[in-house]
Amino acid sequence: MSAVMKLKTLQGHLQELKGFAEPKIKLEQYETPPHIAAVALYTIQTQFDALDGKLVLDAGCGPGTLGLGAAIMGAGAVTAMDIDEDALEIFQENVNDMEITNIDALQCDFLSPDIFRLENYFDTVLMNPPFGTKNNSGIDMKFLQAALRLCSDSVYSLHKSSTRSHIQKKIKEWGVKGSVVAELRYDLPATYKFHKQQSRDIAVDLWRVYHPQS
Amino acid sequence: MKLITHNMLTSKCIKGVLTGYPLAINATDVKVTEVDYNPDFLSRVIPKLDWEVLWTAANSIGHGEGLPKAVEPKFEENEEFLKKAHKVLLEVEVEEGYLTCPESGRQFPISKGIPNMLLTEAEVQ
Ligand SMILES: C[S@@+](CC[C@H](N)C(=O)[O-])C[C@H]1O[C@@H](n2cnc3c(N)ncnc32)[C@H](O)[C@@H]1O
Repeated sequence: MSAVMKLKTLQGHLQELKGFAEPKIKLEQYETPPHIAAVALYTIQTQFDALDGKLVLDAGCGPGTLGLGAAIMGAGAVTAMDIDEDALEIFQENVNDMEITNIDALQCDFLSPDIFRLENYFDTVLMNPPFGTKNNSGIDMKFLQAALRLCSDSVYSLHKSSTRSHIQKKIKEWGVKGSVVAELRYDLPATYKFHKQQSRDIAVDLWRVYHPQS
Repeated sequence: MKLITHNMLTSKCIKGVLTGYPLAINATDVKVTEVDYNPDFLSRVIPKLDWEVLWTAANSIGHGEGLPKAVEPKFEENEEFLKKAHKVLLEVEVEEGYLTCPESGRQFPISKGIPNMLLTEAEVQ
């Protein structure tokens, strides 16, 4: 198959993408910065061969950095989904600008079960799930569970490093396997008011979570 | 919406709906975009599909011509078959129209290529 694209080239492509126009705090709309997304995707391909030629789901795609990046890395086809219409509009602009054609989008609630006919349909699920706030705490774990149901191989998910032991506990509870495959630093934009008081520089983990048999 | 996506979609989450599959397609605008042909990928995906549903869907939007009604034995080695599958699965896209739940009749609009599968709280199981 195609030779793996250079990390810098990938990051360059991701830098071209438009971000959220008016991020909605309630939906935790902040995009994965290009350098983080590039390292994550590069790791997922070079260490686990989980993008090239694969059927990939981008859950909570927003403007589409992860899904479009997966397509750039040679995915066979990508399905992207988000609950928000405005985010999907920007996603569609990015798809058109990048001239990527093997990607398809759906507007749906990722946490509502049974959208798909089959479980374990996708090879790879990518996401940077909402972290969860006071009102919807635990949404990140719900995303992870929903993603596991839909994939036959692995889920690759970005989480604050401060939640590491909690995730470890959860995956044990669920009887699945997983580990942190990359440690990254997430620079939340200052424009994102909600986080203003907190440190802008947040350590994040790229988790790989998978079913024991895979 | 590509037909590979349609093949997986259900409206099972609607209260009272048992399978919600397949969703009927009504298309007012269909386009065809070129997608790189990847036979290995197709060979792995085709066994997961409901081929009959794909066949019906392709015909319902006017792109079923020449598509075999069933998956051919040894289809992995049959380039002609794979190319036809490639086209209907990945290249044909419904831009505008709607999907209809076979049991409840609930319609899901497709606008600018994206189906809106969101339900109100009252509609969910
Ligand atoms: C942290 S952002 C990540 C965006 C993008 N994946 C990225 O990495 O740049 C989370 C995304 O999840 C979406 N989202 C939140 N709740 C959702 C839900 N229940 N179902 C689907 N998408 C959801 C938001 O609209 C937002 O685009």
